[in-house]
Amino acid sequence: MSASLILKYAIELVAVLLLALGIKGLSKVRSARGANQLAAVAMALAVLGLLVNYAGDGGIAATAWIWIIAGTLAGGILGAITAQRVPMTSMPETVALFNGCGGMSSLLVALGVALFPEAGGSDLVAEVSIVVSVFVGAITFTGSIVAMAKLQGWLSTPAWMQSRLRHAVNIALAVLSLAAAVKLIASGEDAQGLSLLVIGSGLLGIGVTLPIGGADMPVVISLLNSYSGVAAAAAGFVVGSQLLIVAGAMVGAAGLILTQVMCDGMNRSLGSVLFGGALGATSGGGGGGGEYTNITSCSAEECALTLEAAERVIIVPGYGLAVAQAQHTLREVTRVLETAGIDVAYAIHPVAGRMPGHMNVLLAEADVPYEQLKEMDQINPEFPATDVVLVLGANDVVNPQAKNDSSSPLYGMPVLDVQEARTVFVVKRGMSAGYSGIKNDLFELSNTSMVFGDAKKVLGDLLTELKDLGLGKK
Amino acid sequence: MFIEFLWVLLLGSLLGLELIGKVPPTLHTPLMSGANAISGITVLAALTLIIKAGDNPVLLLLGTVSLGFALFNVIGGFLVTDRMLAMFSRKPARKENR
Repeated sequence: MSASLILKYAIELVAVLLLALGIKGLSKVRSARGANQLAAVAMALAVLGLLVNYAGDGGIAATAWIWIIAGTLAGGILGAITAQRVPMTSMPETVALFNGCGGMSSLLVALGVALFPEAGGSDLVAEVSIVVSVFVGAITFTGSIVAMAKLQGWLSTPAWMQSRLRHAVNIALAVLSLAAAVKLIASGEDAQGLSLLVIGSGLLGIGVTLPIGGADMPVVISLLNSYSGVAAAAAGFVVGSQLLIVAGAMVGAAGLILTQVMCDGMNRSLGSVLFGGALGATSGGGGGGGEYTNITSCSAEECALTLEAAERVIIVPGYGLAVAQAQHTLREVTRVLETAGIDVAYAIHPVAGRMPGHMNVLLAEADVPYEQLKEMDQINPEFPATDVVLVLGANDVVNPQAKNDSSSPLYGMPVLDVQEARTVFVVKRGMSAGYSGIKNDLFELSNTSMVFGDAKKVLGDLLTELKDLGLGKK
Repeated sequence: MFIEFLWVLLLGSLLGLELIGKVPPTLHTPLMSGANAISGITVLAALTLIIKAGDNPVLLLLGTVSLGFALFNVIGGFLVTDRMLAMFSRKPARKENR
């Protein structure tokens, strides 16, 4: 063993260890930030190890260095800019975009080796790993891009995609990809089979992701994230890198667990997310539909008067808050309430917003103390002893149907029991349905009042009213 | 060689399954984002392709584009995760300042 090879193994071992510690640390609040940095260091080490090994083992050509630097600069700078610029509200889309690019990277490497076997190998192992890498890489790429476009609102699901026809189309695409894969493995070098595989699996990624409803998108992104790990591991087989295989397998497996954890939080099974289609599409039949008949609405002024008299207030944030970018105004309102001696807490539903943890990130940005954010199980028993609940742009997560109406498509989903509180104010732009397209029984209850308007504007009005009442002054 | 790789694959997968158990919902997004950055480890494959490409222009180009995509994933992923997590951790610090 040459010195550079030993050095390479040593660096790789440390890198794997740090990556594992990084993933582990990311699952605890205290250690998460350090763990992320640790993983970044591990990645840098891994790259260094690889360069050291090749430099010691025959050297790296000058032309190769130029290309490496060019690729590094292009990808690194674009990545850094994207990461800095993107608003916190569009985190899910951003993760999807990054993830898709990871898949694309594996795909391109596999393509390169497939076209020029001298860069990797041409035995059965190489052929199979190329096929897996191309297949999973292409699905990850197109699936992630579709997920991003849907979350951004650039794409909506065409009607035929919501019918059963889509299953037939997807099965056909899967068969096509499989046939191309077999042809490719059997015949070795085969440009036709290769392009068929790329097209088939790429379209399959689109076909599988497109029908999935926006509320389920986070789960899909998590699953695609797991796929990109698998694609990386396959690329590891293609180029013969053990480190790549370990890291890819780790991310693939951990991503799978995270996907399961997220499904549990939404009370959905992975199967129903993937094959059930958009929740909204089926909602017409259940007990959900229908017009609202008994709505009480009130002004910000009335809301402020009730709040002033309250002792305990719970805020329920939802996607509407994120869209309106009202988190800072909300924080000002709660500061005023707190200085008046009113107890304030925030009830965070596991899937509030468009992604688990979305609300936590958003409220943290507005400087809301971490201790005031309460998880669903923790806060649900507290609602009966609460004077006022302020629902801000949340809908399905506070729908009592999920508990009471077994015919509702939402039935069984864990919800926040806001109706148990003395008074509920729902700040909403209009009477449109929530993400699932299902009527919300909460809005018709006698202790519920609607405050119509954009969350930011309503909160602004509320702030003025509260200050007029003399709150917030010491 | 191949059998060795299969062992590596198996052990890596088992490790990944054990690494995360109970994750608080707060961390779902950052964890996904962080794991996603790690999956950009395909930089290694891209680099290998470039180094082994010799003076084959197609391979050099494929490798470089692949490297760009992978690094976009890695750098962007880690930075964006850090941005999210920074929001959780700066709270206590600010309180002390007050």
